[in-house]
Amino acid sequence: MYEQIRRNRRASWLLMGFVVALLATLGYAIGAAVVGGTNGGLGLLGVFGIVAIAWSILGYYSGDKMVLAVSGAHQVTHDDEPQLFNVVEEMTIAAGLPSPPAVYVIEEPAPNAFATGRDPQHSSIAVTRGLMQLLDREELQGVVAHEMSHIRNYDIRFATLVGILVGMIALVADFFLRFSFFGGFGRRRGGDSSGNAGAIMLVVALVLAILAPLAAYSVQFAISRRREYLADASGVELTRNPLGLARALSDIAADPQPLRHANRATAHLYIANPLKNKKTKEVSGVFDTHPPIQKRIGILLEMAHVGPEALVPGRRAAGLPSHDPPPPPAVPPDPPA
Amino acid sequence: MIAVIIIIVILVVLGIIFAGIYNSLVGRRNQVDNAWSQIDVQLKRRHDLIPNLVEAVKDYMSYEQETLTKVTAARAAAINAGNQGPQAQAQAENMLTESLKSLFAVVENYPDLKANQNVLSLQEELTATENKISFARQFYNDSVLTYNNKIQMFPSNVMAGMFNFTSRQFFEAPEGDREVPKVDLR
Repeated sequence: MYEQIRRNRRASWLLMGFVVALLATLGYAIGAAVVGGTNGGLGLLGVFGIVAIAWSILGYYSGDKMVLAVSGAHQVTHDDEPQLFNVVEEMTIAAGLPSPPAVYVIEEPAPNAFATGRDPQHSSIAVTRGLMQLLDREELQGVVAHEMSHIRNYDIRFATLVGILVGMIALVADFFLRFSFFGGFGRRRGGDSSGNAGAIMLVVALVLAILAPLAAYSVQFAISRRREYLADASGVELTRNPLGLARALSDIAADPQPLRHANRATAHLYIANPLKNKKTKEVSGVFDTHPPIQKRIGILLEMAHVGPEALVPGRRAAGLPSHDPPPPPAVPPDPPA
Repeated sequence: MIAVIIIIVILVVLGIIFAGIYNSLVGRRNQVDNAWSQIDVQLKRRHDLIPNLVEAVKDYMSYEQETLTKVTAARAAAINAGNQGPQAQAQAENMLTESLKSLFAVVENYPDLKANQNVLSLQEELTATENKISFARQFYNDSVLTYNNKIQMFPSNVMAGMFNFTSRQFFEAPEGDREVPKVDLR
């Protein structure tokens, strides 16, 4: 686990450096193409570089707030959602973290959850209303334990930064592509220095603008797939109950609704793919944010030493009242007097 | 001259390594102590919740006075046992857990109670507290494991011996909990 924390810290720095470099290059190419010449290139390189650094710092310190705002999450207290809050506290104790993360609810029927923040002291867990309604206490515990593991091993810092920075690259590239397609370059043509060099740089800029987000996305996806398996396993280490999470994932997988507030930049944060691709594949493609959910369920069932028949839907999924009491405890028969 | 420098460098490096081992031993030991006090916090919270629960259900359960008396008595015993050492405390707390289990089993038979919002929320709070107690114990045992490993394994065991770090006891599950529950298939 400490190895994982170190790796996440290092990866966060590398990511910020990578994004700054990528944007600076993109800035140079766009600058050279639009403004023309090396001066324009260097000018925009500087501008993009500074913006990228500022945005990285902003993402580090308040990326969690941005992600929560984009997701339409609002903070709740113990009095609003006692059960959710209690489960979060239970998992905080199991993980041995000093203080529980802030708890947020997203008012949407699609069941899903994510965690964000920069370290365990500045972290938040958000779940959708649909998740709370669908899952029973044990399953909810499994999901919260999974998120708590992301918090404990600093996945949240890296994943939040990825969301913020990848989002920015996509935004810049997208903006440039639209700008160029709608004829933003006509005016500058035939100017001072060299039309040819400008045209070449324009092509380079276009290619970069198309490739940059793709590269960023594939980094994001490859990294987040492995993290999900890891968080499943270390979540089970907290609850010691693989079946709770397995049943939760199978309930979530059975739900067809996509999450309206999720987008491509935040999709990898969620416990299960919120965008709900129609195809269900056995192998993960380059652009999948999540490993195949059936494979995750299979691994969890193996941990519990049970077959798929153990995946009976939870009480709530079976249409029972949502605020169910804990299962009746087994009373040992009184010994004969 | 060179020999002196080499010796000094070796001493400094050794000193840094020793300080690192010593600090991590202290950190582990504090984690164990902190984990233990977390258990106490949750036990205390359970003691505080029980009078509210008894108050909320007693009007409905006039025929179940015995169950309620048991819970109240077990709570008093558990509070008393708090300063009689971990062994006695664990035993009294387990009695309390058992009495609460039978109280909740009885609650199942009263539809009025099961629908009562106050009882429901108290039940949720007690369930959460029970869970927190067992997760706190789990974390305590995990901390003891890493701490004990550290003071028994080379090279940190050398430092542990010099500075008198002693291994800690695991929290053991009570006898009853370890039995496989009997299933009555009538």
